[in-house]
Amino acid sequence: MLGLTPQDWTAVLLTLRIAVVATAVTLPFGIALATLLARKDFWGKALVEAIVYLPLVLPPVVTGYLLLITLGRKASVGAFLDQHFGIVFSFRWTGAVISCGVMAFPLMVRAIRLSIEAIDRKLEDAAATLGASRFWCFVTVTLPLALPGIIAGAMLAFARALGEFGATITFVSNIPGETQTISAAIYTLTQIPGGDVAALHLVVVAVLISLAALVTSEWLARRATARLHGA
Amino acid sequence: MLTVDVEKSFGEFSLHAAFEATGGCTALFGPSGAGKTTIISMIAGLTRPDRGHILLDGEALFDSKARIDVPVSRRHIGMVFQEGRLFPHLSVKRNLDYGRWMNELAFDATAFDHVTALLDIGHLLTRRPGRLSGGERQRVAIGRALLMQPRLLLLDEPLAALDAARKAEILPYLERLRDEARVPMVYVSHSPDEVKRIASRVVMLEAGRVTTVNGAELLSAGV
Repeated sequence: MLGLTPQDWTAVLLTLRIAVVATAVTLPFGIALATLLARKDFWGKALVEAIVYLPLVLPPVVTGYLLLITLGRKASVGAFLDQHFGIVFSFRWTGAVISCGVMAFPLMVRAIRLSIEAIDRKLEDAAATLGASRFWCFVTVTLPLALPGIIAGAMLAFARALGEFGATITFVSNIPGETQTISAAIYTLTQIPGGDVAALHLVVVAVLISLAALVTSEWLARRATARLHGA
Repeated sequence: MLTVDVEKSFGEFSLHAAFEATGGCTALFGPSGAGKTTIISMIAGLTRPDRGHILLDGEALFDSKARIDVPVSRRHIGMVFQEGRLFPHLSVKRNLDYGRWMNELAFDATAFDHVTALLDIGHLLTRRPGRLSGGERQRVAIGRALLMQPRLLLLDEPLAALDAARKAEILPYLERLRDEARVPMVYVSHSPDEVKRIASRVVMLEAGRVTTVNGAELLSAGV
C-alpha cells in the first residue's frame, strides 16, 4: 500500500506511537503548568517560563545534546536511572518520546495557558458559592471551559512530535525499528543514491498524517466551542 | 439572623458598616460606589474584610479577632449575581442541579419541581444558557441559588442588567420567593422601586457607611 516497504511501515508506526505517547504523557503536566502560569504569581515565575519556552528558541540539536549529556547512559541522571530503576532512554524509542515531549511542551503549555487566562473567573466564584471546593471548581468549570485550548495544545504538540528531527536524532540516533521516525527515514533515504522515490512515498504519508491531524483537531475544537456557546 | 460588622479600605475608599438582618428580605440600598456589592461579597466570602465579624445564626463566618474565615464553598450561602453567571457548558438542568451535586445532597424531586414551577423555568431545562433570554437567565440563576438549599440568599442587583420589561417580568417571582421560600434574603439595589416592592427592611448606605436602618416605608416617605 502506498508503495511502502515493511521498513517504511515500521518507521510510520513508530512515529505515530512516539507522537501519541509523547502527547499523552506531557498533557497532564502541560495542563498543570499552564494553570500555574495562568493563575499564580510566584517568585521565580519568569525563570520557570524561560525554561519551559527554551526548546522553542534553542536549536533542536542543542536540546537533543543537552538531553544526551543528562539522560544518556553515562550521564549523571541517566546512569542513576539505569542503576536504580533499570530505565534507559538512550537509543530507545522511549528516549524519542522524551525528546519529542520536550520539544512539543512549550507549544502545548502556551495554547492551554491562553485558554485558561481567557476564562471568566467570576464563573469560578459562582461555583464556589454553590459549594464547589477549589478542586471541584477546577474539574467542573475551569477544565471544561479550557477544553478548546487543551485540544489545540494537544494537537500542536502531536504535530510537533510527528515532525521532530534534530533533538531526536541527536539524543537517540537513527536506528531502524527503534528510533528511526519518518523524518529520520526520509533523511536517510535522501543520503542514498536512488532513494528519492522511496523518500517521496514517505513524504506522501507524512502529508496525509499531518492533514488528518489538522482536520481532526479543527473538528474537535469546533465541537468543543459549540458546546460552550449553547446549541 | 445575620450580623455584619466589617471594615475594609482600598485606596481612598473606606468601608465601615454594621447592621443586622433577620428573616424576610433586607435591602442594602444606596448609590453606586456606596459599598453595597463589597458587603454582599464579604458575606458570601468572596471578599475578605480587613477587620470585623460576620455571624449567621450564631455561627461565625468571619471573625478577624478569632481568626475565623470560613471558605466560600462551605458557607452554604446562595448568591445571585447581576450577570447571572450560569455555566455556559452545562444545560439549564445541570446548572440548577450544580449546588446539590457539589454539596453531595440527595436529589429532591419535590424541591426541584417546586423551584422550577415557582420561577416558571420547567420548559427550559434542556437548553444551554447561551440560548436563554436575559430574564430567563436570571430566573435560572435564582433557581440555581435556591436549589443548593442555602441558609441565606444574597441577590446582587439581580435586575440591573435587564431592561424595564424584563425587570417587570422578574419582580413578581422575587416577591413570591420572599413570601414562599422562607430563606432570608439580602437584596442589593440602587433602585427605590425594586426595594419598595421587595424589601421588608432597608439598610441605607452612603460612601461606605450605614446612614439609616428602617422599614421600607422610609422610601415611600420620599427619601
